[in-house]
Amino acid sequence: MPSAPATPPATAKAPALNRAGLPLTAYRGLPSTLCSGCGHDAITNMIIRASFEMNLEPAQVAKLSGIGCSSKTAAYFLNQSHGFNGVHGRMAAIATGVNLANHTLLNIGVSGDGDTASIGLGQFLHMVRRNVRICYIIENNGVYGLTKGQFSATADKGSTLKRGEVNEMDPIDACALAIEMGCEYVARSFSGDQKQLLNLLKGAMRYDGTALVDVVSPCITFNNHEGSTKSYKFAKEREEALHDVTYVPDYEPFFADYDHGQTHTIDLPDGARIVLKKLDRDYDPSDRVRALELLSRARDEHLFLTGLIYHHKGGPKPLTKQKKLVAEPLATLPQSRTRPSREVLESIMDSLS
Amino acid sequence: MSAIAPTPTSIPAPSAHGAFPVPQPLLNDFVLTVATVNGSGSQSANAVLFRAIFQMGVPVSGKSIFPSNIQGLPTWYTLRVNKEGWIARRADVDLLVALNPESVAEDLRALPSGASVILHSDLKSMLKRDDLKVHIVPFGELVAQVCPEVRLRKLVSNMVYVGVVGWLLGIELEEIQKAIVQQFGKKSKAIELNRNAANLGYNWSAEHLQNDRMLQIRRMDANRGKILIEGNAACSLGFLFGGVTVVGWYPITPSSSVIDNLAALLSRYRHDPETGKATYAVVQAEDEIAAIGFVLGAGWAGARAMTATSGPGISLMAEMAGLAYFAEIPAVIVDVQRVGPSTGLPTRTGQQDILKAHFLSHGDCRHPLLIPADPKEAYEFAALSLDLAERLQTLVFLMSDLDLGMNLWSAPRFAYPEKPMDRGKVLSAADLERLKKFERYRDVDGDGIPYRTLPGTRHPLAGYFTRGTGHTPAATYSEKTADWTENLDRLAKKFRAAADLLPAPVVEVESKGDVGLIAYGTSDMAVKEALDLLRREDGDAPGYLRLRGVPFSDAVRRYLERHRIVHVVEQNRDAQLTTLLRMDFPEFASRLRPLLHYDGMPLDAKSVVQKLRQARA
Repeated sequence: MPSAPATPPATAKAPALNRAGLPLTAYRGLPSTLCSGCGHDAITNMIIRASFEMNLEPAQVAKLSGIGCSSKTAAYFLNQSHGFNGVHGRMAAIATGVNLANHTLLNIGVSGDGDTASIGLGQFLHMVRRNVRICYIIENNGVYGLTKGQFSATADKGSTLKRGEVNEMDPIDACALAIEMGCEYVARSFSGDQKQLLNLLKGAMRYDGTALVDVVSPCITFNNHEGSTKSYKFAKEREEALHDVTYVPDYEPFFADYDHGQTHTIDLPDGARIVLKKLDRDYDPSDRVRALELLSRARDEHLFLTGLIYHHKGGPKPLTKQKKLVAEPLATLPQSRTRPSREVLESIMDSLS
Repeated sequence: MSAIAPTPTSIPAPSAHGAFPVPQPLLNDFVLTVATVNGSGSQSANAVLFRAIFQMGVPVSGKSIFPSNIQGLPTWYTLRVNKEGWIARRADVDLLVALNPESVAEDLRALPSGASVILHSDLKSMLKRDDLKVHIVPFGELVAQVCPEVRLRKLVSNMVYVGVVGWLLGIELEEIQKAIVQQFGKKSKAIELNRNAANLGYNWSAEHLQNDRMLQIRRMDANRGKILIEGNAACSLGFLFGGVTVVGWYPITPSSSVIDNLAALLSRYRHDPETGKATYAVVQAEDEIAAIGFVLGAGWAGARAMTATSGPGISLMAEMAGLAYFAEIPAVIVDVQRVGPSTGLPTRTGQQDILKAHFLSHGDCRHPLLIPADPKEAYEFAALSLDLAERLQTLVFLMSDLDLGMNLWSAPRFAYPEKPMDRGKVLSAADLERLKKFERYRDVDGDGIPYRTLPGTRHPLAGYFTRGTGHTPAATYSEKTADWTENLDRLAKKFRAAADLLPAPVVEVESKGDVGLIAYGTSDMAVKEALDLLRREDGDAPGYLRLRGVPFSDAVRRYLERHRIVHVVEQNRDAQLTTLLRMDFPEFASRLRPLLHYDGMPLDAKSVVQKLRQARA
């Protein structure tokens, strides 16, 4: 039985409820068992807050993860939701199956850089290519935590391990690959940039298709030293937001003055929007070549650019629409709809005799 | 070829071809082999021959021995006609249709003395024997007469041999025509072209060939109410009527046609009549790891999900198989067994995956196996596998093989499933409201099978966290040794409960003495024929129990108890099922005598007879 959410202290005021009638605490999970100060815990908190502010019904969410420190965090939020901690690098396939069985569920997938970019790279790319509906979060620290500090495939060229080893290879950039595979919503953020992350997560949760949020999330124990490009110090000093990101829910009025050449608006399903407000750079996230060019430069120059890197409608239809599924979840269709009639069998038998 | 060579003292079964001084005509009892080149289109011609004989009411079987390529390597198709209904493979050939220059020398050399040959006139020079009855046919000239389009001639010339064979064997031309229509369906041009070719072959033979009528088909009535179907197609039908909803797969011979057929059936019969929308999803994965991943995700979320593969695919699915076992997720894998690792002999048959499938993955785990012997069981067990997977909340294997899967079989018409689908122990929001408590892995009913909820169930108690790591009955994380062992013990209990849910073993032949025999899957037909032969010739044959699944029920224990010796016929080298029997029934281990066949060819009665006689001696 799932344990009940922690009861607030008796002195506290009645907690604020969201439109689903739930307090923020209803979106919490079990206490984290990660190292104190882990970037992943900050992301967990933003998932909880985003879920609360998005008025999600816990029963409509499936939490999915692979294996690794990041994947453990699926137990630390949305305790009332079903969760599935699968095998290493294979969350993408499991998410695909869940999506096919019940396309009314919102899949929130949590993975790591090892889980996604090393062992699970193939599945990740094929999931993106199919456009499976999922809010796919990579908690990216460039290192294997649970096995004590080996490089992952997202480690930057020239970055060093705590024990001194230098990475000679270029990193695998999940965002760039996702764009190549037709992903329509590709974001990068930093676990320490709470406001931006919160808004990008909301957009990803609302997205009808694969939405990727790659979050640099420092590993306090194995990758927070001088020479790391995934440390708090490096990220804080180098983060450059491409734009200011605001998620505007469907029930809030949308002000036309958002749109004065200084902003870029992205329509999400059911009337919600994301508004990107221009900062220093003049960046159009709907230009695929430009996005890839930007990521390539960021890699070569060790820039840490965050924001909605790419959004453009034009990928394949979401998988369950490609498959033209009935409106109800396949999982719970009654026998009357999944077993053809006796006459069908007889006609098939006639054709074979 | 076989595990044990025949002993010099063994008495060969009497056969008419050349062994006796006065040859007797073989009525409805002979073997015909067509030797062609893969990709030449002979498959349709062979199917027409099969169908025409079937339509004449005569028991017939067809075995395709084909190479692993699309075009260019030798392929053989063997039709066995037997009025008694013994249609297991028989190795001796009575009539050879020799069309392949690559294999003709060896094909002719291997024939028994007195056998008949239909020889392509281009291959005349390859004939070095004078003890064969040879019919030389100028296929090239004949096909040119009926097929002006040069590029189609290779295909159409196959139908010329159908006509020649038809005339020689006394197959009614009308039945051949009917079979052609059945084979080519609505393609009227193909029907006409092929009809003309068959007619020409038939008429030309009547004018130019000698027919001693020593090999003859005579009309019988043994096929009334029967259908013709491949095992893989039967399996697909089982999943259609079993209500499959999610299919994940990756192509691999010999399993691909399970899904190809299933996808075609689903697209025809499983769209909502009002909206036209699909009540199923079939997704081709990037590999077998993803395919089983789809199945696990879908099964966890409540779908009836399956995949089909063969040996190498099973290996790739190993990690997920363990997860399905420990996390208790319904899933079905069809394993159409073939020979060898990597590419191995991908177009040859066997039963070499029994142990691997049963124990697939790491850690302690055992998966139930369903083992069909014929198309009817392939159909029934496919539907049943979905029920069992949901009932037991575990991975269930359907262990087919290439012989069953890819060959055309005659079978009784399939029955409509009378029982409602079993969706297993699933709690709804209303159930949770009533119970006020839900623990995912608690053995509430004492059968080891817990209750589950599906994602999407709107109740605060519904959610739980599924993991491969150690967990308590309440699905919380645990590394306590007691929790681990208790969970393993409960899973073992659940596995034992499965024994009574699987199809019971069938006593095919009652034992007269204290010698019994166990076989499973496609060994069935050859074993039955072998036992019949032994009874008739030696007056003594063991009884026969056919197993249809693992785990073993109590009936298996009782069978071992009752017999001093139990032969176990298997199509693998290392006696895999015998190993399982010995593991589960150590007290009877010494009674079990494996009888093994692992050359990649379907089992034949003669080799079973030889081995049983040798064992008796």
